[in-house]
Amino acid sequence: MDEKRRRFEAEVLPHLNAAYRFARWLAHSPGDADDLVQEAILRAFRGFDALRGSDVKAWLLAIVRNCHSTALKQQQRRAFVPLPEEHDAQDGYAMIATTPDPESASIRRDDERTLERLMSALPEEHREVLVLREIEDMDYREIATVTNIPIGTVMSRLARARAALKARWLKEAEGERRGVR
Amino acid sequence: MGCAESLRVQAYFDGEIDAVSAADIERHTEHCAECRALLQDLEQTRTAIRRDLAHDRAPPELRARIMRALDQETAVKTPRPNGWGRSTWRTRAFWAGALGGIGSAAVAATLAVFLLSPSLTNPLLDDLVAAHVRSLMPSHLIDVVSTDQHTVKPWFAGHTDVSPVVADFAQQGYRLIGGRADYLDHQRSAVVVYQHGPHVINVFSWAASQRALPKNTTRNGYHMAFWKAGDLEYCAVSDTGWDELLGLVRLLRDLSARDARE
Repeated sequence: MDEKRRRFEAEVLPHLNAAYRFARWLAHSPGDADDLVQEAILRAFRGFDALRGSDVKAWLLAIVRNCHSTALKQQQRRAFVPLPEEHDAQDGYAMIATTPDPESASIRRDDERTLERLMSALPEEHREVLVLREIEDMDYREIATVTNIPIGTVMSRLARARAALKARWLKEAEGERRGVR
Repeated sequence: MGCAESLRVQAYFDGEIDAVSAADIERHTEHCAECRALLQDLEQTRTAIRRDLAHDRAPPELRARIMRALDQETAVKTPRPNGWGRSTWRTRAFWAGALGGIGSAAVAATLAVFLLSPSLTNPLLDDLVAAHVRSLMPSHLIDVVSTDQHTVKPWFAGHTDVSPVVADFAQQGYRLIGGRADYLDHQRSAVVVYQHGPHVINVFSWAASQRALPKNTTRNGYHMAFWKAGDLEYCAVSDTGWDELLGLVRLLRDLSARDARE
Protein backbone atom coordinates (compact mmCIF):
# COMPACT_ATOMS: atom_id res chain seq x y z
CA MET A 1 0.00 0.00 0.00
CA ASP A 2 1.42 3.36 -0.91
CA GLU A 3 2.24 6.05 1.63
CA LYS A 4 -0.65 8.35 0.73
CA ARG A 5 -3.19 5.58 1.15
CA ARG A 6 -1.70 4.56 4.48
CA ARG A 7 -1.79 8.12 5.82
CA PHE A 8 -5.30 8.60 4.48
CA GLU A 9 -6.54 5.52 6.26
CA ALA A 10 -4.87 6.55 9.48
CA GLU A 11 -6.02 10.18 9.45
CA VAL A 12 -9.30 10.31 7.55
CA LEU A 13 -11.02 6.95 7.89
CA PRO A 14 -11.40 7.25 11.68
CA HIS A 15 -14.02 9.88 10.78
CA LEU A 16 -15.97 7.56 8.49
CA ASN A 17 -18.73 7.06 11.06
CA ALA A 18 -19.13 10.81 11.48
CA ALA A 19 -19.27 11.25 7.72
CA TYR A 20 -21.87 8.52 7.51
CA ARG A 21 -24.06 9.99 10.26
CA PHE A 22 -23.87 13.45 8.70
CA ALA A 23 -24.73 12.00 5.28
CA ARG A 24 -27.72 10.21 6.74
CA TRP A 25 -29.11 13.55 7.90
CA LEU A 26 -28.46 15.25 4.58
CA ALA A 27 -29.54 12.60 2.09
CA HIS A 28 -33.10 11.55 1.38
CA SER A 29 -32.62 7.81 1.66
CA PRO A 30 -30.10 5.36 3.16
CA GLY A 31 -29.00 4.40 -0.36
CA ASP A 32 -28.31 8.03 -1.22
CA ALA A 33 -26.38 8.40 2.02
CA ASP A 34 -24.12 5.45 1.16
CA ASP A 35 -23.39 6.90 -2.27
CA LEU A 36 -22.79 10.29 -0.76
CA VAL A 37 -20.26 8.96 1.73
CA GLN A 38 -18.42 6.98 -0.90
CA GLU A 39 -18.22 9.95 -3.23
CA ALA A 40 -17.01 12.18 -0.40
CA ILE A 41 -14.32 9.74 0.68
CA LEU A 42 -13.03 9.45 -2.87
CA ARG A 43 -12.95 13.20 -3.26
CA ALA A 44 -11.26 13.54 0.08
CA PHE A 45 -8.64 11.06 -1.06
CA ARG A 46 -8.01 13.02 -4.28
CA GLY A 47 -7.74 16.27 -2.37
CA PHE A 48 -5.79 14.79 0.52
CA ASP A 49 -2.46 16.21 -0.62
CA ALA A 50 -3.90 19.70 -0.41
CA LEU A 51 -5.12 19.22 3.16
CA ARG A 52 -3.41 21.61 5.53
CA GLY A 53 -3.97 21.83 9.21
CA SER A 54 -5.23 19.31 11.65
CA ASP A 55 -8.98 19.58 11.62
CA VAL A 56 -9.53 16.50 9.48
CA LYS A 57 -13.06 15.81 10.69
CA ALA A 58 -14.36 19.28 9.78
CA TRP A 59 -12.58 19.05 6.44
CA LEU A 60 -14.17 15.69 5.66
CA LEU A 61 -17.66 16.76 6.71
CA ALA A 62 -17.33 19.90 4.57
CA ILE A 63 -16.64 17.62 1.62
CA VAL A 64 -19.68 15.47 2.46
CA ARG A 65 -21.79 18.60 2.57
CA ASN A 66 -20.46 19.86 -0.74
CA CYS A 67 -20.97 16.53 -2.46
CA HIS A 68 -24.51 16.67 -1.21
CA SER A 69 -25.21 20.11 -2.64
CA THR A 70 -23.53 19.22 -5.93
CA ALA A 71 -25.72 16.12 -6.20
CA LEU A 72 -28.79 18.16 -5.34
CA LYS A 73 -28.01 20.66 -8.06
CA GLN A 74 -27.52 17.90 -10.60
CA GLN A 75 -30.82 16.31 -9.65
CA GLN A 76 -32.54 19.63 -10.05
CA ARG A 77 -30.92 20.30 -13.39
CA ARG A 78 -32.07 16.90 -14.59
CA ALA A 79 -35.51 17.21 -13.08
CA PHE A 80 -36.01 20.81 -14.05
CA VAL A 81 -35.79 20.65 -17.83
CA PRO A 82 -38.58 18.21 -18.71
CA LEU A 83 -41.04 19.43 -16.10
CA PRO A 84 -44.16 21.31 -17.17
CA GLU A 85 -44.34 24.85 -15.93
CA GLU A 86 -46.88 24.35 -13.18
CA HIS A 87 -44.39 22.28 -11.24
CA ASP A 88 -41.69 24.90 -11.22
CA ALA A 89 -42.72 26.58 -8.02
CA GLN A 90 -42.67 23.32 -6.10
CA ASP A 91 -39.34 22.48 -7.57
CA GLY A 92 -37.81 25.65 -6.26
CA TYR A 93 -38.74 24.62 -2.77
CA ALA A 94 -37.03 21.27 -3.06
CA MET A 95 -33.81 23.19 -3.35
CA ILE A 96 -34.29 25.06 -0.11
CA ALA A 97 -35.60 22.61 2.41
CA THR A 98 -35.55 18.88 2.42
CA THR A 99 -39.11 17.87 2.83
CA PRO A 100 -39.55 14.62 4.69
CA ASP A 101 -41.20 11.96 2.57
CA PRO A 102 -44.80 11.36 3.60
CA GLU A 103 -44.16 7.79 4.65
CA SER A 104 -41.49 8.64 7.17
CA ALA A 105 -43.92 11.17 8.58
CA SER A 106 -46.43 8.43 9.25
CA ILE A 107 -47.37 7.82 12.80
CA ARG A 108 -44.58 6.38 14.88
CA ARG A 109 -45.14 6.76 18.52
CA ASP A 110 -41.97 6.18 20.40
CA ASP A 111 -39.74 9.08 21.33
CA GLU A 112 -36.78 8.08 19.28
CA ARG A 113 -38.77 7.95 16.06
CA THR A 114 -40.53 11.16 16.96
CA LEU A 115 -37.30 13.01 17.58
CA GLU A 116 -35.78 11.65 14.41
CA ARG A 117 -38.82 12.67 12.41
CA LEU A 118 -38.91 16.16 13.93
CA MET A 119 -35.23 16.65 13.16
CA SER A 120 -35.69 15.45 9.59
CA ALA A 121 -38.51 17.92 9.10
CA LEU A 122 -36.34 20.90 10.04
CA PRO A 123 -35.03 23.04 7.19
CA GLU A 124 -31.66 21.74 6.12
CA GLU A 125 -29.72 24.80 7.31
CA HIS A 126 -31.14 24.27 10.80
CA ARG A 127 -30.73 20.53 10.82
CA GLU A 128 -27.09 20.55 9.84
CA VAL A 129 -25.88 22.92 12.57
CA LEU A 130 -27.87 20.98 15.14
CA VAL A 131 -26.43 17.65 14.00
CA LEU A 132 -22.88 19.02 13.98
CA ARG A 133 -23.24 20.52 17.44
CA GLU A 134 -25.21 17.86 19.29
CA ILE A 135 -24.34 14.64 17.52
CA GLU A 136 -20.81 15.35 16.31
CA ASP A 137 -19.99 17.54 19.31
CA MET A 138 -18.25 20.18 17.19
CA ASP A 139 -17.48 23.65 18.49
CA TYR A 140 -18.67 26.81 16.73
CA ARG A 141 -15.43 27.22 14.82
CA GLU A 142 -15.56 23.69 13.44
CA ILE A 143 -19.21 24.09 12.49
CA ALA A 144 -18.33 27.33 10.70
CA THR A 145 -15.66 25.41 8.76
CA VAL A 146 -18.04 22.67 7.70
CA THR A 147 -20.92 24.92 6.73
CA ASN A 148 -18.80 27.81 5.47
CA ILE A 149 -20.67 30.48 7.36
CA PRO A 150 -19.32 33.03 9.88
CA ILE A 151 -19.18 31.98 13.53
CA GLY A 152 -21.72 34.62 14.48
CA THR A 153 -24.15 33.07 12.03
CA VAL A 154 -23.44 29.60 13.43
CA MET A 155 -24.46 30.95 16.81
CA SER A 156 -27.70 32.59 15.68
CA ARG A 157 -28.64 29.72 13.38
CA LEU A 158 -28.09 27.22 16.16
CA ALA A 159 -30.36 29.24 18.42
CA ARG A 160 -33.08 29.27 15.77
CA ALA A 161 -32.65 25.57 15.07
CA ARG A 162 -33.00 24.69 18.72
CA ALA A 163 -36.03 26.92 19.12
CA ALA A 164 -37.63 25.40 16.03
CA LEU A 165 -37.04 21.87 17.25
CA LYS A 166 -38.48 22.69 20.64
CA ALA A 167 -41.54 24.31 19.08
CA ARG A 168 -42.17 21.23 16.97
CA TRP A 169 -41.67 19.00 19.97
CA LEU A 170 -44.19 20.94 22.02
CA LYS A 171 -46.68 20.89 19.19
CA GLU A 172 -46.24 17.14 18.95
CA ALA A 173 -46.77 16.65 22.68
CA GLU A 174 -49.84 18.87 22.53
CA GLY A 175 -51.29 16.83 19.66
CA GLU A 176 -50.77 13.60 21.56
CA ARG A 177 -52.38 14.91 24.69
CA ARG A 178 -55.46 15.90 22.81
CA GLY A 179 -55.50 12.65 20.92
CA VAL A 180 -55.63 14.60 17.67
CA ARG A 181 -53.82 13.34 14.51
CA MET B 1 -36.15 34.07 23.23
CA GLY B 2 -36.90 37.56 24.45
CA CYS B 3 -33.99 38.02 26.83
CA ALA B 4 -31.06 39.90 25.35
CA GLU B 5 -28.69 37.43 26.97
CA SER B 6 -30.15 34.33 25.29
CA LEU B 7 -27.34 34.05 22.73
CA ARG B 8 -24.72 34.37 25.44
CA VAL B 9 -26.54 31.82 27.55
CA GLN B 10 -26.44 29.44 24.62
CA ALA B 11 -22.73 30.13 24.12
CA TYR B 12 -22.23 29.41 27.81
CA PHE B 13 -24.09 26.13 27.48
CA ASP B 14 -21.95 25.20 24.49
CA GLY B 15 -18.76 25.93 26.39
CA GLU B 16 -17.81 28.76 24.07
CA ILE B 17 -17.08 31.45 26.64
CA ASP B 18 -14.34 32.02 29.15
CA ALA B 19 -14.56 31.67 32.91
CA VAL B 20 -15.21 35.35 33.62
CA SER B 21 -18.15 35.57 31.22
CA ALA B 22 -19.37 32.23 32.48
CA ALA B 23 -19.55 33.58 36.01
CA ASP B 24 -21.38 36.56 34.57
CA ILE B 25 -23.96 34.34 32.91
CA GLU B 26 -24.38 32.23 36.03
CA ARG B 27 -25.20 35.38 38.00
CA HIS B 28 -27.61 36.41 35.29
CA THR B 29 -29.49 33.12 35.23
CA GLU B 30 -29.95 33.30 38.99
CA HIS B 31 -32.45 36.08 38.53
CA CYS B 32 -33.64 35.53 34.95
CA ALA B 33 -36.27 32.81 34.86
CA GLU B 34 -36.39 32.88 31.08
CA CYS B 35 -32.70 32.07 30.72
CA ARG B 36 -32.95 29.38 33.38
CA ALA B 37 -35.71 27.76 31.35
CA LEU B 38 -33.61 28.15 28.22
CA LEU B 39 -30.68 26.34 29.84
CA GLN B 40 -32.99 23.54 30.88
CA ASP B 41 -34.39 23.23 27.36
CA LEU B 42 -30.92 23.13 25.85
CA GLU B 43 -29.90 20.41 28.26
CA GLN B 44 -33.02 18.32 27.58
CA THR B 45 -32.70 18.59 23.83
CA ARG B 46 -29.05 17.61 23.95
CA THR B 47 -29.70 14.64 26.21
CA ALA B 48 -32.51 13.36 24.01
CA ILE B 49 -30.58 13.77 20.77
CA ARG B 50 -27.43 12.15 22.13
CA ARG B 51 -29.35 9.31 23.71
CA ASP B 52 -31.49 8.53 20.68
CA LEU B 53 -29.73 9.64 17.55
CA ALA B 54 -25.97 9.66 17.99
CA HIS B 55 -25.11 6.00 17.63
CA ASP B 56 -25.30 5.36 13.90
CA ARG B 57 -22.19 3.75 12.45
CA ALA B 58 -21.16 3.12 8.87
CA PRO B 59 -22.30 -0.42 8.00
CA PRO B 60 -19.51 -2.93 7.27
CA GLU B 61 -20.74 -3.36 3.67
CA LEU B 62 -20.32 0.34 3.02
CA ARG B 63 -16.88 0.29 4.58
CA ALA B 64 -15.88 -2.61 2.33
CA ARG B 65 -17.31 -0.88 -0.72
CA ILE B 66 -15.33 2.25 0.07
CA MET B 67 -12.10 0.29 0.50
CA ARG B 68 -12.63 -1.31 -2.91
CA ALA B 69 -13.28 2.10 -4.45
CA LEU B 70 -10.07 3.39 -2.90
CA ASP B 71 -8.18 0.38 -4.30
CA GLN B 72 -9.42 1.27 -7.76
CA GLU B 73 -8.62 4.90 -7.22
CA THR B 74 -5.01 4.06 -6.37
CA ALA B 75 -4.71 1.57 -9.22
CA VAL B 76 -6.29 3.64 -11.99
CA LYS B 77 -5.06 7.17 -12.31
CA THR B 78 -7.11 8.19 -15.32
CA PRO B 79 -10.50 9.81 -14.79
CA ARG B 80 -13.45 7.50 -15.18
CA PRO B 81 -17.14 7.67 -14.47
CA ASN B 82 -17.83 6.41 -11.00
CA GLY B 83 -21.48 5.64 -11.14
CA TRP B 84 -22.78 8.32 -8.86
CA GLY B 85 -24.30 11.47 -10.24
CA ARG B 86 -22.38 12.78 -13.20
CA SER B 87 -19.01 13.25 -11.76
CA THR B 88 -17.08 14.15 -14.86
CA TRP B 89 -13.70 15.71 -15.40
CA ARG B 90 -15.30 19.01 -14.64
CA THR B 91 -16.26 18.27 -11.08
CA ARG B 92 -12.98 16.46 -10.74
CA ALA B 93 -11.07 19.57 -11.73
CA PHE B 94 -13.27 21.49 -9.37
CA TRP B 95 -12.27 19.32 -6.49
CA ALA B 96 -8.62 19.23 -7.30
CA GLY B 97 -6.89 21.48 -4.84
CA ALA B 98 -9.96 21.18 -2.68
CA LEU B 99 -10.55 23.89 -0.16
CA GLY B 100 -10.59 27.03 -2.27
CA GLY B 101 -13.23 25.60 -4.55
CA ILE B 102 -15.21 24.14 -1.71
CA GLY B 103 -15.50 27.59 -0.22
CA SER B 104 -16.89 29.26 -3.30
CA ALA B 105 -19.37 26.49 -3.97
CA ALA B 106 -20.65 26.66 -0.45
CA VAL B 107 -20.83 30.44 -0.56
CA ALA B 108 -22.83 30.17 -3.75
CA ALA B 109 -25.11 27.60 -2.14
CA THR B 110 -25.60 29.71 0.97
CA LEU B 111 -26.24 32.76 -1.16
CA ALA B 112 -28.77 30.84 -3.21
CA VAL B 113 -30.59 29.79 -0.08
CA PHE B 114 -30.69 33.37 1.15
CA LEU B 115 -31.84 34.74 -2.18
CA LEU B 116 -34.45 32.07 -2.80
CA SER B 117 -35.71 31.43 0.66
CA PRO B 118 -38.88 33.32 1.46
CA SER B 119 -37.28 33.86 4.81
CA LEU B 120 -39.18 35.84 7.37
CA THR B 121 -36.00 37.05 8.93
CA ASN B 122 -33.40 39.18 7.27
CA PRO B 123 -30.13 37.26 7.64
CA LEU B 124 -28.20 40.52 7.64
CA LEU B 125 -29.96 41.57 10.84
CA ASP B 126 -29.18 38.24 12.45
CA ASP B 127 -25.57 38.46 11.39
CA LEU B 128 -25.26 41.95 12.80
CA VAL B 129 -26.79 41.07 16.16
CA ALA B 130 -24.70 37.92 16.40
CA ALA B 131 -21.54 39.85 15.51
CA HIS B 132 -22.38 42.47 18.12
CA VAL B 133 -23.05 39.88 20.82
CA ARG B 134 -19.90 38.02 19.94
CA SER B 135 -17.88 41.22 20.11
CA LEU B 136 -18.93 41.60 23.74
CA MET B 137 -17.18 38.38 24.62
CA PRO B 138 -13.66 38.95 25.89
CA SER B 139 -10.91 39.22 23.31
CA HIS B 140 -13.36 39.65 20.44
CA LEU B 141 -14.15 43.31 20.81
CA ILE B 142 -11.16 45.01 19.33
CA ASP B 143 -8.38 44.10 16.92
CA VAL B 144 -6.68 47.47 16.99
CA VAL B 145 -6.90 49.33 20.27
CA SER B 146 -6.66 53.04 19.83
CA THR B 147 -8.40 56.26 20.67
CA ASP B 148 -6.71 57.89 17.71
CA GLN B 149 -8.53 57.94 14.38
CA HIS B 150 -5.16 58.23 12.62
CA THR B 151 -4.26 54.80 13.93
CA VAL B 152 -7.59 53.11 13.39
CA LYS B 153 -8.31 54.33 9.87
CA PRO B 154 -5.07 53.13 8.22
CA TRP B 155 -5.41 49.81 10.05
CA PHE B 156 -8.69 49.18 8.22
CA ALA B 157 -6.99 49.72 4.86
CA GLY B 158 -4.90 46.62 5.42
CA HIS B 159 -7.55 44.46 7.05
CA THR B 160 -10.91 45.17 5.44
CA ASP B 161 -12.48 46.00 2.10
CA VAL B 162 -13.81 49.37 3.15
CA SER B 163 -12.65 52.63 4.66
CA PRO B 164 -15.32 54.10 6.93
CA VAL B 165 -15.34 57.44 8.71
CA VAL B 166 -13.55 57.28 12.04
CA ALA B 167 -13.33 59.95 14.71
CA ASP B 168 -13.14 60.26 18.44
CA PHE B 169 -16.22 62.01 19.84
CA ALA B 170 -15.12 61.88 23.47
CA GLN B 171 -16.33 65.43 24.04
CA GLN B 172 -19.83 64.46 22.95
CA GLY B 173 -19.69 61.32 25.10
CA TYR B 174 -18.72 58.77 22.44
CA ARG B 175 -15.21 57.61 23.06
CA LEU B 176 -13.40 55.87 20.20
CA ILE B 177 -11.88 52.71 21.64
CA GLY B 178 -10.74 50.81 18.58
CA GLY B 179 -11.54 48.91 15.45
CA ARG B 180 -12.12 45.38 14.29
CA ALA B 181 -12.60 43.40 11.09
CA ASP B 182 -15.69 41.18 10.93
CA TYR B 183 -16.83 38.85 8.20
CA LEU B 184 -20.25 40.09 7.19
CA ASP B 185 -22.36 39.86 4.09
CA HIS B 186 -19.62 37.91 2.28
CA GLN B 187 -16.98 40.54 2.70
CA ARG B 188 -14.69 41.75 5.43
CA SER B 189 -16.47 44.66 7.00
CA ALA B 190 -14.91 47.35 9.13
CA VAL B 191 -16.22 47.79 12.65
CA VAL B 192 -15.48 50.95 14.62
CA VAL B 193 -16.01 50.51 18.32
CA TYR B 194 -17.19 53.34 20.56
CA GLN B 195 -17.90 53.47 24.22
CA HIS B 196 -20.78 55.49 25.55
CA GLY B 197 -21.04 55.36 29.33
CA PRO B 198 -21.04 51.66 30.17
CA HIS B 199 -22.30 50.71 26.70
CA VAL B 200 -20.39 49.49 23.71
CA ILE B 201 -21.53 50.69 20.30
CA ASN B 202 -20.35 48.75 17.27
CA VAL B 203 -20.50 50.68 14.02
CA PHE B 204 -20.40 48.21 11.12
CA SER B 205 -19.73 49.33 7.57
CA TRP B 206 -19.66 47.55 4.24
CA ALA B 207 -19.78 48.37 0.53
CA ALA B 208 -23.28 49.42 -0.46
CA SER B 209 -25.28 46.93 -2.52
CA GLN B 210 -28.40 47.08 -4.69
CA ARG B 211 -30.48 45.67 -1.89
CA ALA B 212 -32.67 48.00 0.13
CA LEU B 213 -31.17 48.92 3.47
CA PRO B 214 -33.15 47.54 6.43
CA LYS B 215 -35.14 49.98 8.53
CA ASN B 216 -33.99 50.84 12.03
CA THR B 217 -35.07 48.06 14.31
CA THR B 218 -34.56 46.35 17.66
CA ARG B 219 -33.48 42.73 17.98
CA ASN B 220 -32.87 40.77 21.17
CA GLY B 221 -32.79 44.08 23.00
CA TYR B 222 -30.18 45.65 20.73
CA HIS B 223 -31.07 48.73 18.74
CA MET B 224 -29.83 48.83 15.17
CA ALA B 225 -29.64 52.04 13.16
CA PHE B 226 -28.89 51.91 9.44
CA TRP B 227 -27.75 54.60 7.08
CA LYS B 228 -25.89 55.11 3.87
CA ALA B 229 -23.07 57.56 3.23
CA GLY B 230 -21.23 57.71 -0.07
CA ASP B 231 -20.66 54.19 -1.29
CA LEU B 232 -20.82 52.62 2.14
CA GLU B 233 -23.66 51.30 4.25
CA TYR B 234 -23.45 51.60 8.01
CA CYS B 235 -25.17 49.98 10.93
CA ALA B 236 -24.72 51.06 14.54
CA VAL B 237 -25.67 48.39 17.09
CA SER B 238 -25.94 48.81 20.82
CA ASP B 239 -28.02 48.34 23.92
CA THR B 240 -27.95 52.08 24.67
CA GLY B 241 -31.18 54.02 24.29
CA TRP B 242 -32.30 55.11 20.85
CA ASP B 243 -31.50 58.77 21.51
CA GLU B 244 -27.93 57.97 22.49
CA LEU B 245 -27.45 55.68 19.51
CA LEU B 246 -28.92 58.16 17.04
CA GLY B 247 -26.74 60.88 18.57
CA LEU B 248 -23.66 59.01 17.39
CA VAL B 249 -25.27 58.31 14.03
CA ARG B 250 -25.84 62.04 13.56
CA LEU B 251 -22.20 62.84 14.38
CA LEU B 252 -20.96 60.22 11.92
CA ARG B 253 -23.29 61.37 9.15
CA ASP B 254 -22.17 64.96 9.61
CA LEU B 255 -18.58 63.80 9.42
CA SER B 256 -19.23 61.88 6.18
CA ALA B 257 -20.94 64.92 4.71
CA ARG B 258 -17.96 67.12 5.66
CA ASP B 259 -15.52 64.59 4.19
CA ALA B 260 -17.49 64.53 0.95
CA ARG B 261 -17.37 68.31 0.63
CA GLU B 262 -13.64 68.52 1.16
